[in-house]
Amino acid sequence: MQVNMTINGAEVSEEIEPRHLLVHFLRDQVGLTGTHWGCDTSNCGTCVVLIDGEPVKSCTTLAAMAGGHEVTTVEGLEQDGVLDPVQEGFMQCHGLQCGFCTPGMMLTARALLNNNPNPSEGVIREAISGQICRCTGYSTIVRSIQWAANHESAVTIGSSS
Amino acid sequence: MTTTEPAPPVDGALGAASDEERPIGFGNLRRKEDPRLIRGMGHFVDDVQLPGMLHLAILRSPMAHAKIVSIDKSAAEAHPKVVAVITGEDLAAQGLAWMPTLSNDVQAVLATDKVRFQHQEVAFVVAEDRYSARDALELIEVDYEWIDPVVDVRKTMDPETPIIRDDLEGKTDNHIFDWETGDEAATKAVFDNADVVVKEEIIYPRVHPAPMETCGAVADVERVSGQLTLWCTTQAPHAHRTVYALVAGLPEHKIRVIAPDIGGGFGNKVPIYPGYVCAIVASLVIGKPVKWMEDRTENLVSTGFARDYVMEAEIAATKEGKIQAIRTNVLADHGAFNGVAAPTKYPAGFFGVFTGSYDIDAAYCKMQAVYTNKAPGGVAYACSFRITEAVYLVERIVDCLAYELEMDPAELRLKNFIQPEQFPYESKTGWVYDSGNYEPAMRKAMDMAGYEELRREQAEKRERGELMGIGISFFTEAVGAGPRKDMDILGLGMADGCELRIHPTGKAVVRLSVKTQGQGHETTFAQIISEETGIPPEDIDVIHGDTDNTPFGLGTYGSRSTPVSGAAAALVARKVRDKAQIIASGMLEASVADLQWDKGSFSVAGDPEKSVTIQDIAMKAHGAGDLPEGLEGGLEAQICYNPDNLTYPFGAYICVVDIDPGTAVVKVRRFIAVDDCGTQINPMIIEGQVHGGLADGVGMAMMEMISFDEDGNCLGGSLMDYLIPTALETPDWETGHTVTPSPHHPIGAKGVGESATVGSPPAVVNAIVDALKPYGIRHADMPLTPSRVWETMQGNHTPPI
Repeated sequence: MQVNMTINGAEVSEEIEPRHLLVHFLRDQVGLTGTHWGCDTSNCGTCVVLIDGEPVKSCTTLAAMAGGHEVTTVEGLEQDGVLDPVQEGFMQCHGLQCGFCTPGMMLTARALLNNNPNPSEGVIREAISGQICRCTGYSTIVRSIQWAANHESAVTIGSSS
Repeated sequence: MTTTEPAPPVDGALGAASDEERPIGFGNLRRKEDPRLIRGMGHFVDDVQLPGMLHLAILRSPMAHAKIVSIDKSAAEAHPKVVAVITGEDLAAQGLAWMPTLSNDVQAVLATDKVRFQHQEVAFVVAEDRYSARDALELIEVDYEWIDPVVDVRKTMDPETPIIRDDLEGKTDNHIFDWETGDEAATKAVFDNADVVVKEEIIYPRVHPAPMETCGAVADVERVSGQLTLWCTTQAPHAHRTVYALVAGLPEHKIRVIAPDIGGGFGNKVPIYPGYVCAIVASLVIGKPVKWMEDRTENLVSTGFARDYVMEAEIAATKEGKIQAIRTNVLADHGAFNGVAAPTKYPAGFFGVFTGSYDIDAAYCKMQAVYTNKAPGGVAYACSFRITEAVYLVERIVDCLAYELEMDPAELRLKNFIQPEQFPYESKTGWVYDSGNYEPAMRKAMDMAGYEELRREQAEKRERGELMGIGISFFTEAVGAGPRKDMDILGLGMADGCELRIHPTGKAVVRLSVKTQGQGHETTFAQIISEETGIPPEDIDVIHGDTDNTPFGLGTYGSRSTPVSGAAAALVARKVRDKAQIIASGMLEASVADLQWDKGSFSVAGDPEKSVTIQDIAMKAHGAGDLPEGLEGGLEAQICYNPDNLTYPFGAYICVVDIDPGTAVVKVRRFIAVDDCGTQINPMIIEGQVHGGLADGVGMAMMEMISFDEDGNCLGGSLMDYLIPTALETPDWETGHTVTPSPHHPIGAKGVGESATVGSPPAVVNAIVDALKPYGIRHADMPLTPSRVWETMQGNHTPPI
């Protein structure tokens, strides 16, 4: 079947099998390998991408379901050579170690900050609670997102509004 | 000497220096790895795409113990996108059905005679794409004949129990090894005369490292030259290459192992798995690149697990609380194949340090390791070669003693610490602790926690029927394997190579034998070279994870990178600096002895205006004109570092929990961790490593366990069943440090990667047990899930095994 979607602002039209998962479509067919595959059961969240600005686990989303929608992956966070404050925050606050969960964490953070520019620690923890990190113990991820909130410019990446 | 000054001020973060304040050498420095990883431009194994690449999927056994009667692969072979279907019989024809483990046992690559654990590898399919390979697995018909599985570790040696390893000639039971350490008679004498003896059965259940990236490989055998390139999720690329050469008979110079970015390892990526071998065989046979990437279930059910020790613990003490002896009898479940990745002379890893941080009179451990119908493994999950189990044992039994003596657990520990003047300290099991100063770390943790105030709060809450617990753990680790006279894996000595080359313009490249899986080697090793040469870290490229481009060494696990390779890096830099000094003496027309080093330049003593920088020297080393007599051109060196001893980091941890008496849900309210890993290279990265290990501790203590039903079915086969803490179960960690340098390490550094994983589980369990004191509870086994805490509160606590 034919699927059409916008990925990081670019129109993409590809032939797929109806059963193709979005994570494999993005990685193997579109070549965007920043989105990772971690668990198949929606538990780990390393595969999170934004669909119309909302965080979605691409390991349990069919590529066909993203048809007609706007998909944002980690590769879409940097705009014209300028890092998203979330990316900057993760570097500033040591929010990553192996970097495998990081793309999903950052996209969830971006969606959170688009909806709530000044979240409390509790709100941040709740927002990333569908995702697992084995390296950081989460405190530095929370601080990274707080850093981004404190250094937010007029960023609306992945926002549907 | 121990210093306790606070960490440098932080900027809302762990203290990453801004671009303007980058340290030349040690200090908080943002990581060199991060710019690619935050852009999604890391390069992990599953990101490797080669022209014509095929995909491999593995058929696994649904049963834990069964004879393979027949396999019909014809339907799978007829699948239009399938290129090959290979069974154990096919591999056996090539002599490749079995491979050695890292403990001199053998493990089936694909089962031939029978399957020995649920999800064992039985056959593989190679197909044009990922989905077709998995489709074809469904088309393979395997006829199994059930054999009663051996699941209960306590019954493995019963006479009527089926023999799992009938592949081993003459094997008549499920025994692997017996091992002992310490002095049995001396220990018995102390116990026989002790005022107080406390006994407890303490179980460390089977857990799994579950790195975010599962295991996988891409094998590419070039048909004409026979060159194999293997992109692989390995923590030890050089060791793997040598093992492939020894086992498969491939010439070592024709094997290149590349470990690209690794999405976490924690020991899970030390062993060689059947899937890697299958990918190599497939590429060899088919002549095209082949990718194997396991899914999460495969990772949890078949790859290196951790722990699985049943420990009878005993502690003897005076009634005043002076600990005199510790004795333990351990039953170790190693699964179906002995796949433990530990140095050859240490079948139980470094469990021998179970005497902990205490100066005692005698100690003895006796251990029996056995086969069961479960996945192989045992040494993983940041365990420092079984020190996790040792520290859990001693820190739990010391708390049991405190309970019986009605003594404060902090006071009991302070009373028994090895004293600073006793270092180097030889323990009763023969381990020589290099340096330590325990009381300041303990006092600092107690100060940070507000220990006295917490105890007052607890007393008040107990009056009101509220359940609050305070748990303490004080650990000493032994990391940095290791001296080659004692330590090898499969005959490979545990020394590490390092090469440093300074380019003409004063930039540098350093090549490591170790391999980061998130630890930040590209940053810290640049800092070590920077500290020694004065070259800024951003001018130093760190090459690692590629056997063609790095010197030999045994890889990154057991917190060994800084103790072994970090020492190699410092010493290779000093070797380069020594040569630079001779070149500088020629440039400055002064004698070598008259030159002084000021991080980055040599100057003539008494005439600081006369100086040359390391960059000037590098150009001179490669440039025109004569060098001092006898000196070759160039500015580079290499080294193979053999450590004198392990390093012994330590720490004091305090955990505060609240338990809801109505639901038995445990909330970790606070966690205070004071670590001492000697000289700190990058405090930000150290803090990060500690944080990650603390979360592991909460996970193991409260939710993680790989369990089995009576038929040997694995009950932890997905992240819906094997629970890992999220941001909601973990507190905001409170960390501090003291600094007691290692006397034998060139920069005084000790390993820290596993300290918190080793030290935190007993702190959490001790806190939960402390909260349950009003119920008369002295011990409860992990994982302390709400249901298991509830049962404990009802007086129905059962061991998890």
